[in-house]
Amino acid sequence: MQKILLIGNPNVGKSVIFSRLTGVDVIASNYPGTTVEFTKGYMKIGKEKIEVIDVPGTYSLEVTSKAEEVAVEMLKQGSSIVINVIDSTNLERNLNLTLQLLKRDIPVIVALNFWDETKHRGISIDVAELEKILGVPVVAICGRTGEGINNLVNRLHEAKSKTFEFKEDEKWHEIGNIITHVQKLSHRHHTFLDRLTEISIRPLTGIPFALIILYLTFKTVRFIGEGLTSLFDPFFNNYYLLFISKIVTNIFPVKFLQDLLLGTTPKVMESFGLLTTGFYIPFVVVLPYIFSFYLVLSVLEDIGYLPRIAVLLDVALHKIGVHGYTAIPILLGFGCKVPGMLATRILETEREKIIATALILMIAPCMPQTAMIVGLVGHYGSKYLILIFLILFFIAIVNGFILNKILKGETPELFVEIPPYRIPYIPTLIKKLWIRLKAFFMEAVPLIILGVFIVGILDVLEITNFIANILGNPIVSILGLPKETISVMILGFLRKDVSIALLTPFNLNIKQLIIACVFLVLYLPCIATFFTLLKELGVKNTLKIIFIMLFTATFVAILLNLIL
Amino acid sequence: MDITQMKEGEKGKVIEIQGGRGLVSKLDSLGIRPGVEITKISNQLLYGPVVVQVGNTQVAIGLGMARRVIVEHK
Repeated sequence: MQKILLIGNPNVGKSVIFSRLTGVDVIASNYPGTTVEFTKGYMKIGKEKIEVIDVPGTYSLEVTSKAEEVAVEMLKQGSSIVINVIDSTNLERNLNLTLQLLKRDIPVIVALNFWDETKHRGISIDVAELEKILGVPVVAICGRTGEGINNLVNRLHEAKSKTFEFKEDEKWHEIGNIITHVQKLSHRHHTFLDRLTEISIRPLTGIPFALIILYLTFKTVRFIGEGLTSLFDPFFNNYYLLFISKIVTNIFPVKFLQDLLLGTTPKVMESFGLLTTGFYIPFVVVLPYIFSFYLVLSVLEDIGYLPRIAVLLDVALHKIGVHGYTAIPILLGFGCKVPGMLATRILETEREKIIATALILMIAPCMPQTAMIVGLVGHYGSKYLILIFLILFFIAIVNGFILNKILKGETPELFVEIPPYRIPYIPTLIKKLWIRLKAFFMEAVPLIILGVFIVGILDVLEITNFIANILGNPIVSILGLPKETISVMILGFLRKDVSIALLTPFNLNIKQLIIACVFLVLYLPCIATFFTLLKELGVKNTLKIIFIMLFTATFVAILLNLIL
Repeated sequence: MDITQMKEGEKGKVIEIQGGRGLVSKLDSLGIRPGVEITKISNQLLYGPVVVQVGNTQVAIGLGMARRVIVEHK
């Protein structure tokens, strides 16, 4: 035995089981389409090291989206065992895939997940009988608490293939027979979560409900973000700065090195020293917002609220050429554009993906950039912040309208499963938050520090002035910004939060700040986003999207310069 | 009648899917096929998607697709 595939319908809890088996942390949420790419991990049974693969969910082995394509492809490559994960509260529908799997020449073992939920849903399943009928081991488990996982592992070697013969056109008849044999339903009362389900999906109550959630989300993110920043800031200024200055001046008596490490002015946001601004931006300004945003997002994800937004926004999003489920990639993009773009894999057509990607990139800044904008513009008053966000929102929508008209093709209709509300399980919630924060520490923080370092070097060597003198004139005349901001635009490609931070020393007035912020959000994707774009959409589409962004940014900035 | 015409909370039995193989198998994958009982959960404003319950699953279906799912009263 060398390789195990975890296969099942979307949103049956494969990723949680994967984490349990391998100890590898992957993001799991309560909506279909969380996993769009396979993840590999290893588990040990005795002395044997076995590869385990978490496969994106699929309803059948007939491909309709890229995520499903991955599943079928993995199956074709062969494997020693398939663990077919089933949502035991939806046995009938899930058995469809099970029977298809049993036709293949790969040993199968069935894991009945969400076993704990069957009780209060009034469902009772005769596991032994199901096992007898299917001819393969069936194990009841609860992924989030880990109940039954050991049993599953112990019985892996019993997995069998081709144990259930049936004719394709009698598939549902067979499934119906199985269900009458193994499943009993008893009446149950409406619960609070059932009521909430109805309230949040019916438009008359659902739309106000969504607006309240949205408002609370923004309030909470800002409250926690600002709170943490004001907690970290004094610590940084009163202790860390003094400490690090002393150390650096003692160890490196060379002015050039001191300027590079500590910057040239004592103001932390203007000095651009590697150890001052280079740490202040990621840890004091950005981290609090990353933390608060992902905390709120993770709670909403695990409750299962996001697909409801997709349903409510479907009509509106169809007007700009995508269906409602695009709301989820867009929301993920508020945090970071990269996971947002990966999530577009659940969309069926390339046309939708292009429109969705343009929307994700333009509708709002990513959370690090948002944090910097709030830090820089916030003290002029919230109304300017709101103005910046409204301008971006409006531009993205207009852009969507235009793309919808230009790009040929139709928008597929929404067709998606809406998961039941679930009460978030705190350990998995914390784990998910940690995965996302870790990604920020490992991938973003080094880039931020590198960005600050490059700015410092260019500044010390006076290259910034040199470039500004050569290329700066259009910036002054068209955008109304100081010519030195050209360096900001060149470096903004590296990290978008750093690009906003770079504006601080220029002492721009509020009009210039608004123009600069809007321009820097729109003009180019950051380097990480750029490579994701290439991977997801190819060179041609990437160039198209970059052209659209650059053109829109310039056009809007000129317009704002004229009317503000 | 099709499922867009059902009232909220109303139950019905699917008798026909008016569409090609693609549509039939797409609906089939989420358990919507002739013979099954479904409950209407909601309509959205301005011709938005309808939400129905099949077994323990709630499914949102775009209007055009929903109009092709024919049901009879239970």
